[in-house]
Amino acid sequence: MAYSDKVIDHYSNPRNVGTLDKAKSNVGTGLVGAPECGDVMRLQIEVDENQIITDAKFKTFGCGSAIASSSLATEWLKGKSVDEALAIDNMDIVEELALPPVKIHCSVLAEDAIKSAINDYRVKNGMPELELSKSHH
Amino acid sequence: MLTLPIYLDNNATTPLDPRVLDAMMPYFTNMYGNAASRNHPFGWQAEEAVDYAREQIAALINCSPKEIIFTSGATEADNLAIKGVYEMYASKGNHIITATTEHKAVLDTCKHIEKIGGKVTYLPVNAEGFINLEELEAAITPQTILISIMYGNNEVGVIQPIREISAIAKKHGILFFTDGTQAVGKIPVDVMADGIDLMAFSAHKMYGPKGVGALYVRRKNPRVKVTAQMDGGGHERGMRSGTLNVPGIVGLGKACEIAKQDMEADTARISAMRDRLERELLTMEESYVNGSREHRLPHVANISFKYVEGEGLMMGVKDLAVSSGSACTSASLEPSYVLKALGLSDDLAHSSLRFGLSRFTTDEEVDYAINHVKEAVTKLREMSPLWEMFKEGIDLNSIEWAEH
Repeated sequence: MAYSDKVIDHYSNPRNVGTLDKAKSNVGTGLVGAPECGDVMRLQIEVDENQIITDAKFKTFGCGSAIASSSLATEWLKGKSVDEALAIDNMDIVEELALPPVKIHCSVLAEDAIKSAINDYRVKNGMPELELSKSHH
Repeated sequence: MLTLPIYLDNNATTPLDPRVLDAMMPYFTNMYGNAASRNHPFGWQAEEAVDYAREQIAALINCSPKEIIFTSGATEADNLAIKGVYEMYASKGNHIITATTEHKAVLDTCKHIEKIGGKVTYLPVNAEGFINLEELEAAITPQTILISIMYGNNEVGVIQPIREISAIAKKHGILFFTDGTQAVGKIPVDVMADGIDLMAFSAHKMYGPKGVGALYVRRKNPRVKVTAQMDGGGHERGMRSGTLNVPGIVGLGKACEIAKQDMEADTARISAMRDRLERELLTMEESYVNGSREHRLPHVANISFKYVEGEGLMMGVKDLAVSSGSACTSASLEPSYVLKALGLSDDLAHSSLRFGLSRFTTDEEVDYAINHVKEAVTKLREMSPLWEMFKEGIDLNSIEWAEH
């Protein structure tokens, strides 16, 4: 399968690989996917008092497109408010990385990881969990 | 001088040996006769070349030249053997015994047999990749006409106990067919000593050309016949019609001759490189060899690198042409059915690479491959949340994964 230059770039030089302290109340962690499906993404955000995401880290077990999707997601998350982050749509990732149809599930997983991290942060800080729409493209 | 990428996918196909190409060339140019043309020197020349190839092949597998039926490759030979026996021996029974780790050319042919009313038993294999001989014998019924068990496996290289299997077949008066595609030309295969009644093999797995293979069909003790699967001129003793692929057949013959002559030296050199590759890669923790290491083809190593995903790994080893146990080309991932049959979990099956060495593989290439794989696995593990959890001592089975 031919990968786009952007996927290859993110795969070769992944941004923001790492781990944030999940015990901290201002860190939200999302862990999505399953090993037997061949993709597991862990995405973490650190949020300041103004609801701005100051840091984002990921670790991904998966194909090049899954790694690139989560790497791109962390790049986009930094500096965004939590509400802005919620608006990230998997199709934005598909477009940016030029993912082929068989790899759309990688972008879906990245969107799920973002929402799951935000929910973790919300629950930790006494906010109600958001109902996540499952209506992916 | 090292040229990249390095070809280590010799179970898929091998490069053509230049000596084979030299032997074939004249039959592409001025010796273009049809081996079935009986009336002029062009035909005689072609027939002579085909007969010589039959002798070269027969010498490699210890049979009579008359017992070789040329086909377009191993897939056709597998089809001809199984469907041909099923039709020819229909009055005797309709049951075939095979194994779950067979090549698709055998498995899908068996599924076809089931569709047209036949019965097929698919024997499981153990963690090493072997069928159980007691289970084989227990599966035999009065309706059983054929046992179809491959010689060496294409994914893990495991060599089945062929002589024990043929002894069981003989004891019960059942024909024994083996798909010898990966074994012939790589290890000594002797149809007499091994008690094989039918055997499929192919030229392009042993440094010959693509598009040509053969089915060995025993003529004595017992005399075996298969019903032709193509109608036509009645070539190949009526078992396979179609104008013979003379250059291809010459190539198969030459490939067999070279295999016989070089096998010992090739095997010693190739297996030493394979063992070194394997030893080095196993120095990384959580890496495992799949299948038996004792009874195995000398040029294959199938290794799983836990906590690394196969397709990501393939992308990381872009300087190597290897195969992965993962087929992540669709939204639904399908790990290798062979590795699953050996009892590997899906994630471990996804994390595997198959290395297939050849007579043209060099030590320098193996060195490069070792370092390249080590770097890729290390990098991907640093990026893997599963590796981090493993390092923290978290049992991954204790986590409720969200299936997607």
